[in-house]
Amino acid sequence: MSETVEVPSFPPIKISVRNLNFYYGKYMALKGIHLDIPERCVTAFIGPSGCGKSTLLRAFNRMFELYPDQRAEGEILLDGENLLTSKQDVALIRARIGMVFQKPTPFPMSIFDNIAFGVKLFENLSRIDMEERVEWALRKAALWDEVKDKLAQNGASLSGGQQQRLCIARGIAIKPELLLLDEPCSALDPISTARVEELIAELKKDYTVIIVTHNMQQAARCSDYTAYMYLGELMEFGETEQMFLKPSRRETEDYITGRFG
Amino acid sequence: MTEKHLSSQFDSDLNRVSSQLMEMGGLVETQIQRAVSALANYSVALINDVLDTEEKVDALEVEIDHALTTVIARRQPAARDLRLLLAISKITTNLERTGDEAYKIAKRVKSIVESGESRKMPIGDLRLASDLAAGLIHRVLDAFARLDIVDAVAILKEDDLIDQEFKGFTRKLITYMMEDPRTISSSLDLLFIAKAVERIGDHAKNIAEFIIYIVKGTDIRHSSLTRIESVIQ
Repeated sequence: MSETVEVPSFPPIKISVRNLNFYYGKYMALKGIHLDIPERCVTAFIGPSGCGKSTLLRAFNRMFELYPDQRAEGEILLDGENLLTSKQDVALIRARIGMVFQKPTPFPMSIFDNIAFGVKLFENLSRIDMEERVEWALRKAALWDEVKDKLAQNGASLSGGQQQRLCIARGIAIKPELLLLDEPCSALDPISTARVEELIAELKKDYTVIIVTHNMQQAARCSDYTAYMYLGELMEFGETEQMFLKPSRRETEDYITGRFG
Repeated sequence: MTEKHLSSQFDSDLNRVSSQLMEMGGLVETQIQRAVSALANYSVALINDVLDTEEKVDALEVEIDHALTTVIARRQPAARDLRLLLAISKITTNLERTGDEAYKIAKRVKSIVESGESRKMPIGDLRLASDLAAGLIHRVLDAFARLDIVDAVAILKEDDLIDQEFKGFTRKLITYMMEDPRTISSSLDLLFIAKAVERIGDHAKNIAEFIIYIVKGTDIRHSSLTRIESVIQ
C-alpha cells in the first residue's frame, strides 16, 4: 500500500503523436490523439472493442495506406520525423517498425527462411552472418531451443505459441526500433502467453514495444505505461502502476475494474 | 461501492465480504460496550459475555481473510476494488485487536471486582474515555459502510482527545498510588484498562485512515493533519 510517487523523470520519447485524426471513409475513428511514447519501455493500449487502439497501432507503420478510403491527419513523429508525410519508402518505415498480429502468420516456408526472408530485403548478409542473425532472433524470441534441430521444417508445423514466437523473431530479426504487438497472445495458451510476456520484458532492453491487449491483467503485468482509449479518444495515459492502483479518471477506473457498460 | 460491475457475481462477492466485516465490527462494538458497562456496574456476567464473544470475532477474522483471498485469486481486482479488499484485510486485523483490548478490559475489571477495592477507585474519568472510544468504533464502522471520508477525518481528530484523557488519567492514578499504596494493585488494573481504551481509539483511527485510502487512493498513514486535509479536498 505504498503511496503513489510523483512521476519520475520521463524517459526519452520515441514516438510523439500530435493531434492525430483517423478516418475510415467518413467515419472518424481517432479524434485528436496526443501521446508521447517513451523509448525502451512497454506501452500498452487498452480499451473496449472499437475504441481505436488497433487503428492507432496500424497508423504507426502506415498499414492503413493499403486501403484507399482510410486516411490519417496530424503528425506521428518517430524520433522527430513525421511518418505520415515522410517521403521515405514505406517498406523502410516498416523495417524500422515491426509488427506482430493477433493470429500467427508464418510464411509458407521453412523456419529458417521465415526469419531470413525479411532480413534479405534490407541487408546483404553472408551465409554465416545470416545463420547468426537467425539464431540471434530465435534466441531473443525464446524459441531457439525448441526449433534448433528442425530449422528446415515448415513454419506452419509449429504449435500456435511457437508460431507466434516465430513471428516475433521474424519481426525483430530486421532489428526494428519499434515493435508493435496487436493482441499477440489472444490465441495462445497460458504457457505460451507467459513465454511471450517474458520475451516482451526482454525485448524492452533494446526496443520500444507497444502492445494492444484486451487482457487487462496482461497490460498490468507487462507494460510500463498504459493508455486507455475510448470511442476514438485517448482518455488517460500514465504509468501502469498508477493506472491500475489509482487512475485519475473515473472512466478509466470503471473500465479496469469491470464496471463499464 | 454503489456502481455495479458487469459481473454481478463480483458485486455480490464484494458485498458479502463487506457485510462480514460489518458483522465482525458489530460484535467488537458489543464487546467494548459490555466491557465498559462491566466496569461501570462491576458486573461479572457482562464480563463473561465479552470473553465468549472473543472466539466468534477470531473465527470471523479467519473467515473474512479466506473470503478476501478467494476474491483476489478469482477476480484479480484493480484500482478501488483492490484498495477496498486490501483495506478490509487491514481493518479486520484492527478490529480483531480491538476485540483483544475489550477482552483485556473485561479481565482487568474482573480482577478489580474480585479484589473488593473497586468502590474506592476513580473510574468516572475512565468511563468517559471508554465511552468515547466505543463511540469512535461505532462511528468508524458507520463511516466505512458509507465510505464517508469527512467523518473519517473527524475520527482522526477525536482520537487525540482519547490520548489526552489517557495522559490525564495516568497522572491521577499516580496520585492515588502515592497517597495510599493499598490501591496500587487496583490502580495498575485501571492503568491497563486505560491503556486498552487508548489502544481502541488508535484502532478506530487506523480504520479511518483505511477509509480514506479506499476512497482517495492515497495512503495517509503517518501524515500530518494538514496533508490529510489537502488529500481529501
